[in-house]
Amino acid sequence: MKILVCISHVPDTTSKINFTDGDTKFDTNGVQFVINPNDEFGLTRAMWFKEKQGASVDVVNVGGAETESTLRKALAIGADNAIRVNTEAKDGFQVAKELAKVVKDGGYDLVIAGRESIDYNGAMVPGMLAELTDANFVTNCISLEIDGTNVKAVREIDGGKETVATSLPLVIGGQKGLVEESDLRIPNMRGIMMARKKPLTVLDPSSATQETNSLSFEKPAPKGAVKLVDADNLDELINLLHNEAKVI
Amino acid sequence: MSVLVYTESENGKFKKTALEVASYAKAVASKLGTTVTAVTINAEDTSALATYGVDKVLNIFNTELDVFNAKSYASAIAQAAKQEDAKVVVVSQTADSKYLAPILAINLEAGYVSNVVETPSNTTPFTVKRTAFTNKAFNNTSINTDVKIIGLSNNAYGLVENTASATKEDFAPSLPTNGVKVESVDKASNKVSIADAEVVVSAGRGLKGPENWGMIEELADVLGAATACSKPVSDLGWRPHGEHVGQTGKPVASNLYIAIGISGAIQHLAGISASKVKVVVNTDPEAPFFKAADYGVVGDAFNVVPQLIEKLKAFKAANA
Ligand SMILES: Cc1cc2nc3c(=O)[nH]c(=O)nc-3n(C[C@H](O)[C@H](O)[C@H](O)COP(=O)(O)OP(=O)(O)OC[C@H]3O[C@@H](n4cnc5c(N)ncnc54)[C@H](O)[C@@H]3O)c2cc1C
Repeated sequence: MKILVCISHVPDTTSKINFTDGDTKFDTNGVQFVINPNDEFGLTRAMWFKEKQGASVDVVNVGGAETESTLRKALAIGADNAIRVNTEAKDGFQVAKELAKVVKDGGYDLVIAGRESIDYNGAMVPGMLAELTDANFVTNCISLEIDGTNVKAVREIDGGKETVATSLPLVIGGQKGLVEESDLRIPNMRGIMMARKKPLTVLDPSSATQETNSLSFEKPAPKGAVKLVDADNLDELINLLHNEAKVI
Repeated sequence: MSVLVYTESENGKFKKTALEVASYAKAVASKLGTTVTAVTINAEDTSALATYGVDKVLNIFNTELDVFNAKSYASAIAQAAKQEDAKVVVVSQTADSKYLAPILAINLEAGYVSNVVETPSNTTPFTVKRTAFTNKAFNNTSINTDVKIIGLSNNAYGLVENTASATKEDFAPSLPTNGVKVESVDKASNKVSIADAEVVVSAGRGLKGPENWGMIEELADVLGAATACSKPVSDLGWRPHGEHVGQTGKPVASNLYIAIGISGAIQHLAGISASKVKVVVNTDPEAPFFKAADYGVVGDAFNVVPQLIEKLKAFKAANA
């Protein structure tokens, strides 16, 4: 089985979110970048398939040279090869188009992406990629079992979960649950040393263009101060929620 | 040319978001000087749509669509959009609509923008405001394609009444071959989901252990609320993963979010900040949640929550 794991290079969850260039660009100053958490669960599941069922695991990112440190981290966790499509994609559609080319050229059976990236939150790349490559698609995936080309997957739905039967080729939008938090791997010294020697191929982008343009960013208006209610006066809380906030 | 809106139903009944996306579609159509067509799949009674500005309803009835399937639903909606020559398609951001929207975008060669929170600020270029960085920012985005898809964030627009005629037509799309088959659905039918809930009661590590969740469930019960939890609580197995909310869990956009024994870490707040009113109960007045909340009680959950339950019961009895 040939597995491709899509790795998004995103600001660490604790990052301060600021913008530059007249609020048109994310300010990367002082920001640490990490593997998108949703992708990390998928990568760990891919390593499980490699170790338990036999599979090759490649990782891919569509982005500039600055994302290579994140790809190296994925190699240190255990991926075999890394691919970087060298372009600053402008939207999810353009990313999906570039990935579709990598998937078709590489003949991958299973593509594991994250359900969404924690920076852009588009939640569109995996679904578009599946449709562009004629693959089956399951998102919000919290369990994935593969037997030959038969697949059993569980999808989180609003208020519960759903078990589906499908088959390879398949694209997954993964998240926590695909593996447990405690199964996530931190690269060890040996992994980091080996990752330096693993191939990281840089591909030229295709002629895919975007469908949407990011024009500008805004920060939410600052919040007013909290109204404190005494723990011995909860009637007041109910009064505020009823008469002031009008939510009960 | 019209605005097409997919009004979602479940077991024949409209979901809470259906009338909201219809209201929003009406506002977009007014800006564009056109009409609204709603497409429904196996919805029993579509009369409510006339109250929210829908001019025409395309009803799809097909037993093969009884169980949600992203590819089949996307294909059906795409065919409706083509028939209506729709230039804008509006969908909600429920788990199902988020699943089908990217497939629909490829089917229609349409630019798709998710998590949209306002009506378009401009029609040329067609510009919408969306949330990004998990609610830590807004992103103004233009869509360049002829057909445009908007994913409206749940609870971002609300319901706006607009009486319209809502003429009805049956619509019978052809369905694609499908490689994903649902085998079973596991959903508590007596519980409101975090996505649909007006009120969410959420608890964190401050509750000390899973045995203490009885009062959280009771409080949720009194309020008709969904229950949720912080990430460590689900990682520890105190609560099911489906209750984990925050940046790496489910998003919350309820009218009221009550956080009990949750410190208010940045990853937690990011995921719940779209909620309109936030209440925190925490023993530590320095807990970061107090900076994000509208109302706060500095106090011990084991003292505050039982009292709150009793007082809410009395309040409900008095206001019944
Ligand atoms: C990559 C990443 C992603 C993450 N994603 C998420 C996410 O999606 N969602 C999420 O929730 N977290 C997430 N986290 C974890 C987050 O950083 C915090 O660790 C977590 O939210 C803390 O949970 P908590 O508030 O329940 O626990 P704690 O931080 O331990 O807080 C417990 C609180 O309870 C209070 N307390 C104690 N006793 C009582 C009492 N008797 N009555 C009232 N209050 C009491 C304490 O004062 C304290 O404020 C993420 C972390 C990382 C690194």
